[in-house]
Amino acid sequence: MQSARRLPRAWRTPGGAAQRLALYALLVAGAAAFALPFLWMVSTAFKPPWQVMIFPPQWIPAEIWWPNFTDSWGALDFGVFYRNTIFVTAMNIAGTILSTSLVAFAFARLRFRGRGPLFILLLSTMMLPSQVTLIPLYVLFSRLGWINTFLPLIAPVWLAGGPTGAFNVFLLRQFFLTIPREMDDAAKIDGAGYLDIYARLVMPMSAPALGIIAIFTFTNNWNDFFNPLIYINTTDRYTVALALRFYQTRLDVQMGPLMAQSLVALVPVLALFFFAQKRYVQGIVITGVKG
Amino acid sequence: MLHGARTRHNGIASRGGPRLSQRAREEIAAYLFISPWLIGFLIFTLGAMVFSLGLSFTKTDLLTSIRFTGLDNYLALWDDRFVRQALKVTTLYTFTTVPVGTALALGIAVLLNQNVAVQGLFRTIYYLPSVVSGVAVGILWQWIYHPEFGLINAMLAAIGIDGPRWLFSREWALPALILMSLWGVGGSMLIFLAGLQSVPTELYDASHVDGANAWRRFRHVTIPMLTPTIFFNLVLSIIGSYQVFTNAYVMTQGGPGSATLMLVLLLYRVAFEQFKFGYASAIAWLLFGIIMVFTLLVIRSASFWVYYAGEERT
Repeated sequence: MQSARRLPRAWRTPGGAAQRLALYALLVAGAAAFALPFLWMVSTAFKPPWQVMIFPPQWIPAEIWWPNFTDSWGALDFGVFYRNTIFVTAMNIAGTILSTSLVAFAFARLRFRGRGPLFILLLSTMMLPSQVTLIPLYVLFSRLGWINTFLPLIAPVWLAGGPTGAFNVFLLRQFFLTIPREMDDAAKIDGAGYLDIYARLVMPMSAPALGIIAIFTFTNNWNDFFNPLIYINTTDRYTVALALRFYQTRLDVQMGPLMAQSLVALVPVLALFFFAQKRYVQGIVITGVKG
Repeated sequence: MLHGARTRHNGIASRGGPRLSQRAREEIAAYLFISPWLIGFLIFTLGAMVFSLGLSFTKTDLLTSIRFTGLDNYLALWDDRFVRQALKVTTLYTFTTVPVGTALALGIAVLLNQNVAVQGLFRTIYYLPSVVSGVAVGILWQWIYHPEFGLINAMLAAIGIDGPRWLFSREWALPALILMSLWGVGGSMLIFLAGLQSVPTELYDASHVDGANAWRRFRHVTIPMLTPTIFFNLVLSIIGSYQVFTNAYVMTQGGPGSATLMLVLLLYRVAFEQFKFGYASAIAWLLFGIIMVFTLLVIRSASFWVYYAGEERT
């Protein structure tokens, strides 16, 4: 609304008009530069093989070449990889939501000895690069017989850990603090325990914050490459990221199918973004971190 | 906080009584609630850190032998040309992508904040690349950098420039990774845009009255109000940038030669390809130390350039 009122005035003076033109020229050029890689990917994914390795490149596929999508699915069973990735991602969304909210609830709502120092300890773990604990965890998980299972990818997350566990606790605590305490007291008078207050009162009211966490957990797990690379070693357990890497290093790899598979791998993340764009943007702004 | 006095009083009065006091029940409940994190922290963080520090003083493949070697690993880091190269490459990467990326993100945010029509559309286009990451993106950019048939060299050729061999060139492989990282500045851009939109308009109005031009308003109003956001973003970017792995692994394998040998890639190789777990642990602590130093430096420097509203500056 505001822009509609102010825009014409900016255009009225000759200097203003030139400035506006320069501004839009810059923005459009920049937007083109940011969009081109995606367009290049889509273009290659739909091109027939003979049209890929030519110079100068042709943007429009001479014909839509579906085998890029269908053939590679047959050679490597991407269905399994998607099932694996969906399993790990779903487990970790559930684990993050459950564990970080329980912990955040205590830090936001309950009084206990050591609360301040423990919270600072939790925050300070955010600075610790995961590489420091990588080797001990690898040793631990191999002793437990967990190598080549999904457990090393899942267990830490269910204990409010993983790369973003501490941060999610912090985020949720801040959100829980905004829910009025009088409601707790009212519920307590009605005989509700802490678990009731958590499950029936605080959690339902925190849907926006939980949604943000679910979205970022989805994106992080879907894109994760390092952890599967360390812990998974047979193709039947591969995640999509590992499978793409495996496919990329094959000698007979073709650019068309490779781009097609990469595109398919990105579609869930992009779809989620368009589906939940408002919440996404909100999440970035609230948390101050990139997904 | 509100009923703190009351509960504390109850807690002390009835300790040791037959029924648990309200205060004691709350404490027990609290520790049950935080127990997932507490257990995870003790095992996966604290326990693992102690173990990792211990390992860094040993020579071990974790299967056949383990031998205490004191500071040998740390002394060896100093002479290891791969470690030196990885330090150089990762530092160069960090101290180009972080400032350039921050400046670019800020620039885009400022442009988008000028009452632009279809701001939402522009915002989406600039932000979208930062949503995606990982192997698929690495593969895409490898194709974009293809020396003969890639997008970038085709565009360079169109304006008469014979493009370099990018990922196959010792000189251009690292710049290629840096350039690629700028594609993902959308996240920072969004944070800055939100920061810009929260700058009180009275400040701009006041500077208008004082006759400040656009540049002076930007320099003396916008930037100071945005410094807390920039500061926070810088810290996170430096920490994240030192841990870069996937792109180097997927796109260049650290090459050609060791031109893009990032620190975490080196650590991965030493641990999981050469099975030198003691030495790899020492590299991990080196990485931690570097991240700590730069984080503390940025935090210490904050008082010189970060402006917090409502705080007196001298």
